[in-house]
Amino acid sequence: MYLYDDRDRCLLRERVRQFRDQTARYLGGDLPEDQFRPLRLQNGLYIQRLAPMLRVSIPYGLISASQLRRLAHIARTYDKGYAHFTTRQNIQFNWPQLPEVPDILAELAAVDMHAIQTSGNCIRNITSDEFAGIAPDEVEDPRPWCELVRHWSTFHPEFAYLPRKFKIAVSGSESDRAAIQVHDIGLQLVKNAAGALGFRVYVGGGLGRTPVIGEVIGEFIEPRHLLTYLEAILRVYNRYGRRDNKYKARIKILVKAWGAEVFGARVAAEWQHLKDGPNTLTEADFAHVRQFFTAPAYAAVDVAAAEATVSACAAAERAFARWLERNVRAHRVPGYCAVVLSLKPVGVAPGDVTDAQLDAIADLADRYAFGEARVTHHQNLVLADVRRDDLPELWRALKAQGFATPTIGTLSDIICCPGGDFCSLANAKSIPIAEAIQREFDDLDYLYDLGDLTLNISGCMNACGHHHVGNIGILGVDKKGEEFYQIQIGGEAGSRAALGQVLGPSFYASEVPRVIARILDVYVQRRHEGETFIETYRRVGVEPFKDSVYAKAA
Amino acid sequence: MPKLLKAGSFTGDVWQRFDGDAAPIAEGDALLFPLPVWLARRDALLARDASRTGIWLNGDEEPDQIAADIHRFGCIAVNFPTFMDGRGFSCGRLLRERYGFRGELRAVGDIFVDQLHFLHRCGFDAFELPDDTSLDTARNCLEAFSVHYQATCDPA
Repeated sequence: MYLYDDRDRCLLRERVRQFRDQTARYLGGDLPEDQFRPLRLQNGLYIQRLAPMLRVSIPYGLISASQLRRLAHIARTYDKGYAHFTTRQNIQFNWPQLPEVPDILAELAAVDMHAIQTSGNCIRNITSDEFAGIAPDEVEDPRPWCELVRHWSTFHPEFAYLPRKFKIAVSGSESDRAAIQVHDIGLQLVKNAAGALGFRVYVGGGLGRTPVIGEVIGEFIEPRHLLTYLEAILRVYNRYGRRDNKYKARIKILVKAWGAEVFGARVAAEWQHLKDGPNTLTEADFAHVRQFFTAPAYAAVDVAAAEATVSACAAAERAFARWLERNVRAHRVPGYCAVVLSLKPVGVAPGDVTDAQLDAIADLADRYAFGEARVTHHQNLVLADVRRDDLPELWRALKAQGFATPTIGTLSDIICCPGGDFCSLANAKSIPIAEAIQREFDDLDYLYDLGDLTLNISGCMNACGHHHVGNIGILGVDKKGEEFYQIQIGGEAGSRAALGQVLGPSFYASEVPRVIARILDVYVQRRHEGETFIETYRRVGVEPFKDSVYAKAA
Repeated sequence: MPKLLKAGSFTGDVWQRFDGDAAPIAEGDALLFPLPVWLARRDALLARDASRTGIWLNGDEEPDQIAADIHRFGCIAVNFPTFMDGRGFSCGRLLRERYGFRGELRAVGDIFVDQLHFLHRCGFDAFELPDDTSLDTARNCLEAFSVHYQATCDPA
């Protein structure tokens, strides 16, 4: 992963000093609340329903064992002993005290971490594929590019007061695991006919109140021009994005108003002035950043012997076999694999971890995965470089820590926002809905039979739980002070990104598991051999699902 | 009265905004003309000396409208209608980097000290701040960071 140098550390020290001064002036009455607000937000600090919430950046989800231990220490010392991984590969603390936040930032800076631009109307954390660098279907490792964009966007002086927040995601694989088409900018690494590397650039995707799939405005942007092209997009948005209504202020509204073609032409015109300017990347820049993302020192694993070990364990322990099927993923290096740690056991808010669990993950990363872990936008963790012959031992260790729930990619692997239990924006609770669904569908054989299926829950239309792009999406709504849940189906976040369709009138919380059961019944009845839920949906459409869910009792 | 921060100190101000489009123009005054006034009376105003001629631009106005005359201005003031409106940051960079403006570039309107560092990096070298602003705080804010990750209008 990227390693900080003296300049990077100096920047973080200056940031801590700056925020300490801003906090002191705010608490001393010299900095008004309305001016402190954008400053604290650009440091990830929200004032929440019960206490402030501090969001810490995990750049494109990569985190080291020592950083995990520091997060555990912060959870223990400054919080109530737990933290929450988010859908943008970050981590949140729900109970810090404002006067202590500068100290927390100093603790983070000591391990090269920060909360810079994790909120506010600025360029947020760059997100990417949790299997970057190891995926068999990878065209190019996205991490060096993420790091170049992270550097460029950090404290970019022109873009700190954008009309609204701005999210960039990068994918380097054929199969998009970073949901790039629902980001303000999605960057897809591609190779042209001559084998040269470039970026296909999507703009104007996003969820929230007005969900939109991004459109391509740059078919092939050469790597050296990446930052100047991004700067052109951001400048057009900063100058012409709407500022009169915060619900119309995202770039997607501007792209829709102008049309992608006109927007692309405006960007191209702006870019002509910036192209080949001082932010043009050089071969030296590429070489510098690539050196941080080289392969770790893989051992020459005896593949046949490793497979024999794995098979023997799978034959002896059904639970191991199940975990192997759902939670272990392919790796481009023979004898290695990636292991997904589930943060979705029944009865725990999706994405929540305790301080002890954070320490345990750090130990496991050190022991089995070259001291690194990754956060996924599904709110799970990944150990990316695990020897296959270590799997039985690792599985036992994960089981002991509660990370071996063998449901990755199934209905039970729910993406869920903190919802009305924590968030002041929420219209409805979301965590109890996730739990009710997990309890209703706790039969692993049934879950496995259903296969790959995403179920996403948001507690309000801001869509932090990505409900629009869940195969099944649930949205909490408020009707005259009562909580209801609207259900939609057909969403997808990957390469064939699609927005779900609302089935119809919303339901009481208590009705939700029954409604999900009816949707699943339709799938099971109508599917062809080998068809996933989303494939069946695409073939049969929304009607059979609607008919079943709203069928009058005979 | 706002205070003018320039070159690290509060200084006196010779410039005043010209109000009233039809009013007679005092020859000896250093005046900042709102863009519509400049465009309407450009032919007459071109005769004025640059040291007494400036422009007052709003964040939503197009700086390319003064691109051809850019060297005739001693000062350009960019107005921030609210401190959350970041259009002026782009405007500053355009004036400096694209149109080559070398006179005083002044941030006016609803700005506050914690924005000074970024404003400076976008080409601004003068700042109108509320009269209760502390000079120490303003200086600290101006120099918040010594490390930068992108090329903008930083002085060499």
